[in-house]
Amino acid sequence: MAEQTYKITAETGIHARPATQLVNKAGQYESEITLEYKGKSVNLKSIMGVMSLGVGQGAEVTIKAEGPDEKEALSALDEVIKKDLAE
Amino acid sequence: MSKTLTGIAASAGIAIAKAFRYEEPDLTVEKKTDVDVKSEIQTFDAALEKSRAELEDIKTKTMESMGEEHAEIFSAHLLVLRDPEFVDAIRQKVQDDAVNASFALDELTTQFVTMFESMDNEYMRERAADIRDVSKRLLSHLLGKPIVSLAELNEEVIIVGEDLTPSDTAQLNKEFVKGFVTNIGGRTSHSAIMARSLEIPAVVGTKTVTSDTAQHATVIIDGISGTVIIDPSPEELKEYEEKHKQYEEQKKEWAKLKNEPSVSKDGTHVELVANIGTPEDLVGVHDNGAEGVGLYRTEFLYMGRDDFPTEEEQYEAYKKVVESLDGKPVVIRTLDIGGDKELSYLDLPEEMNPFLGFRAIRLCLEMTDMFRTQLRALLRASAFGNLKIMFPMIATLQEFREAKALLEEEKQKLISEGVEVSEELEVGIMVEIPSTAVMAPQFAKEVDFFSIGTNDLIQYTMAADRMNERVSYLYQPYSPAILNLVKMVIDASHKEGKWTGMCGEMAGDEVAIPLLFGLGLDEFSMSATSVLPARSQLLQLTKEEAAQVAEQALTLQTAEEVQDLVEKKFL
Repeated sequence: MAEQTYKITAETGIHARPATQLVNKAGQYESEITLEYKGKSVNLKSIMGVMSLGVGQGAEVTIKAEGPDEKEALSALDEVIKKDLAE
Repeated sequence: MSKTLTGIAASAGIAIAKAFRYEEPDLTVEKKTDVDVKSEIQTFDAALEKSRAELEDIKTKTMESMGEEHAEIFSAHLLVLRDPEFVDAIRQKVQDDAVNASFALDELTTQFVTMFESMDNEYMRERAADIRDVSKRLLSHLLGKPIVSLAELNEEVIIVGEDLTPSDTAQLNKEFVKGFVTNIGGRTSHSAIMARSLEIPAVVGTKTVTSDTAQHATVIIDGISGTVIIDPSPEELKEYEEKHKQYEEQKKEWAKLKNEPSVSKDGTHVELVANIGTPEDLVGVHDNGAEGVGLYRTEFLYMGRDDFPTEEEQYEAYKKVVESLDGKPVVIRTLDIGGDKELSYLDLPEEMNPFLGFRAIRLCLEMTDMFRTQLRALLRASAFGNLKIMFPMIATLQEFREAKALLEEEKQKLISEGVEVSEELEVGIMVEIPSTAVMAPQFAKEVDFFSIGTNDLIQYTMAADRMNERVSYLYQPYSPAILNLVKMVIDASHKEGKWTGMCGEMAGDEVAIPLLFGLGLDEFSMSATSVLPARSQLLQLTKEEAAQVAEQALTLQTAEEVQDLVEKKFL
């Protein structure tokens, strides 16, 4: 399993466009991918799951991937996150 | 058998096309048990596929016609249809409970909607509406009653509906929408204003057009007289094809005046300028030879989206308009939201009297961060041409001073940041509230100009809601009460060496034009399509005669008397 933790710096948190991009990206991989925040874990391939976490600015989140392409998935998601959501 | 209806002529021109009924189908869901699970799931998957294809198509079209920003919402909708937590859960429910797919969809939708609606974040609550929207599309395919969105039209039609909201009209594609006709609304409702700005014929307030018109029936709309004919006879068709031709020829005559100055017979010049809602309306401004923009309604920048437009987006839009006018005046009105104009992302409590409530400048002076962003964008754009700023709904001098102070602060900040700002930026106000008209002499010492917003000035002076058809008889632009207020404003401005414009519907009205010209109005701002007819009318007038008639009108007793007087003298 591969995982990575981020601190969200985007003013609006994981909303709208960045959330859409994350979910779209996650959907391209076979591995099971989850997003964890405040002890809750959701399927990162589910837009409603991701939105339901209500991740705001300053939140600490963890992305976990498990499966045949977990490393690739994590590094692709890393790119999306660093572009718009976190440093 | 043809049927003729009469409504309110909302946007000039004649259109003949097939009716497109714009309405929501009945999507009531019934629970069925002991279904054939396999076939239910197949039906569900097929509906899912259709909905996806449809959304992809809408997304592409919106991207082409309105840009990526507006198309984004459909990406989000598509993701919901691909959401495993949603679609798998529906399949699971069909399987586990042996219920029909539409029932399972309905249940799951309610679950998610409830979850989002209970979140303490306004943005998330808004997403509940998106889920409903997507679910409705999916359900419509499941039930075999597809919903067609206006953006998906691909043949020439006349839209027939109860009413069109600003977001509906924002999706209209002029290439296919030849005109529209509605049950409700008046000349100043949003759909009417949008129709004039898109230059498509429209008739509103017919009361019964939706029940009288079958899908795909042939419809004629005459946006000059307000007549609508459903299933016309061959004779009627011929007659209106002829009228359509005549109108097009009249338009060609007017077009000859496109590059002529706006002067009266005796050489008095006034400014004939246009009202616009978005930079897309610039085409109409140029095609109709307007001498500038007298009202740029910035609220459209804020509508049909999820969040406030950024300073950069606003700056680009304002700059585009100002540059395109190439030194001609552009009067930009700061955000006028509230009343009947709502923003989904601005959580405003419902009010008993929205038109008398928290709107326009009142809201901006409270939400100063949002207001400052707009002011900065305006100030930055002012360096690129002849931009003027106008505050809406000013009721007291105090409000004007506060708004002006914020503008001044942002201006100083920009200058200290080394950003270029126009030195000659004029700052004026809309006169829409009777208190301001009465206090015009005091205001005239501090503002650079007035622009009389007649739609609201009339409604506030007569205390008659302009959305309420039962009191629409009180919407009387020619009332001597209104004319006297207009005169007070014009006279007060001239006394201080300032100018007065008018940006309501009245400014382009053929009965009002001689009166306003006679009263000394300096600038007439109207729908772009009214500019050339107004210029042609002005050529027939002399200042002296118009002033005499206006003077007499001020002393008359009723609006009808005023109208009769003008018609006898000038029309």
